[in-house]
Amino acid sequence: MHTKTIAELAKGLRAKEFSSLELTQHYLDRIKQAEILNSFVTVTEQQAIATAKKADEQLASGEGGVLTGIPLAQKDIFCTQDVKTSCGSKMLDNFISPYNATVIEKFNQAGAVMLGKLNMDEFAMGSSNETSFYGPVKNPWDTGTVPGGSSGGSASAVAARLAAGATGTDTGGSIRQPAAFCGITGLKPTYGRVSRYGMIAFASSLDQAGPMTQTVEDAAIMLQTMAGFDVKDSTSVDLPVPDYRAELNNNISGLKIGVIKEFFAEGLDSECAATVETALDEYRKLGAEIKEISMPNLKLSIPVYYVIAPAECSANLSRFDGVRFGYRCENPEDLNDLYIRSRGEGLGAEVKRRILIGTYALSAGYYDAYYIKAQKVRRLISEDFKKAFAEVDVIMGPVTPSTAFGLGEKTGDPIAMYLSDMYTIAVNLAGLPAISVPAGFAGNKPVGLQIIGDYFAESRVLNAAHQYQLVTDWHRRLPEQFA
Amino acid sequence: MALTAEDVNKIAYLARLGIDAKDIDAYTRDLSGILGLVAQMSLVDTDDVQPMAHPMDQTQRLRADEVTEQDQHEYFQKQAPQVEADLYLVPKVIE
Repeated sequence: MHTKTIAELAKGLRAKEFSSLELTQHYLDRIKQAEILNSFVTVTEQQAIATAKKADEQLASGEGGVLTGIPLAQKDIFCTQDVKTSCGSKMLDNFISPYNATVIEKFNQAGAVMLGKLNMDEFAMGSSNETSFYGPVKNPWDTGTVPGGSSGGSASAVAARLAAGATGTDTGGSIRQPAAFCGITGLKPTYGRVSRYGMIAFASSLDQAGPMTQTVEDAAIMLQTMAGFDVKDSTSVDLPVPDYRAELNNNISGLKIGVIKEFFAEGLDSECAATVETALDEYRKLGAEIKEISMPNLKLSIPVYYVIAPAECSANLSRFDGVRFGYRCENPEDLNDLYIRSRGEGLGAEVKRRILIGTYALSAGYYDAYYIKAQKVRRLISEDFKKAFAEVDVIMGPVTPSTAFGLGEKTGDPIAMYLSDMYTIAVNLAGLPAISVPAGFAGNKPVGLQIIGDYFAESRVLNAAHQYQLVTDWHRRLPEQFA
Repeated sequence: MALTAEDVNKIAYLARLGIDAKDIDAYTRDLSGILGLVAQMSLVDTDDVQPMAHPMDQTQRLRADEVTEQDQHEYFQKQAPQVEADLYLVPKVIE
């Protein structure tokens, strides 16, 4: 059952080939067998079984939608009522959320079964899932390597088929980079497309939730449920949600694909480059036109991001102060000591680095030189994309400069870690939608292809990606150890 | 832009963030490295560029001034480290 996609499982449930209870139990068993991966922080077994039984009743009476009874897993950044919501941090290790994130509420409404909460980098800050308080997640293709991050638990769980699909969040590549490292499909929607309510904030002008799945069709199915305006999120965008599956089968002959020259320069591993080139050849065969484009300001994405994201994170994370919820230090002497020690003991090193950088960049005398300067360069980067989309329909390129690196390989060098997001970050700065789809292997490690679309052009991105999956089978491969 | 250990201590205090004395040097080195990376921004002239705060250049949406939330303070305060008489407790601030 676990090799089936969400679309296939939905058909199977309706054809009574298996029940949601059987399916849920099957995934719960697989999760137990794959504990070595450390993909889950919490497994919500009782709740999953209860939801599955309810789904079976609904399905028996001919009710329910495509996600009814489908076992999914949620990144532990989404607040889930009465279930621990840790965000990968000691700070929230004792936090039982009193409410549901809108994304969770929508999956509940759709009748999806929640198997549990997925491991992640602490507060989504990391590119390898090694900053988690709950320890690193392992990549099912090679358990000596990282799954990527910050949605490392999500990517690892879907790649090992421990859930039919998962949610992730992407602030600088946190859906696409782990999707690429683990050989799955991961979509970061346009900023504002999916509600951020109840999604623990890291960098509010960049954060966006999206689906992580085996196939593009499944990503379309999950996005359909996740997307939409939400009065509870003041930055969610009030635009109608199209039928994301309606355009999957459109012919892409004549599609204009831009390939960013600067992405194929120094820094890209030659095997990854060759894999992406081969994928572009598939698009040529499908009748697409490939055009080289230049985006000179993209090289500044990482510098800009490491001002804006820390600045926003330093403000957002000031709520973790040991007063109303979360970790509190023992025997505080006074209020300052309570703040300083609760935060000092409750937060990990990478989170601290970013809070410090952000605090510095926002402090008196440095604000213009760092924060305003970064916002100005951010506009230049976004204008590079605007110019490009005047000429092409989608942009394609690598997701990551290399395949999954070894556990511990980059933990001592924050900047080397940051550079692993060099092809994904610009998309967040501009707020555009982008997907990573499996495009082959370098050795035994998966390589992703990135497809970037214009604002709210998720349908076009999904269409281009789906057409590729119709002529390739990289997305159907799964690691032998977890077959 | 190289920071000193003193700078890092000052920033950490501004953020009310406890850093172990033995880790200060490592933070100083890492933060200086990050600021060095960030300094690449000065390579581009931005004199006539408007800062971009949000991808959609949105303004804050307003809603009617109506009560929409129910009072659930007891439920929320179950999460609190210390509560007394419906109030969050912290160490004494005023003697």
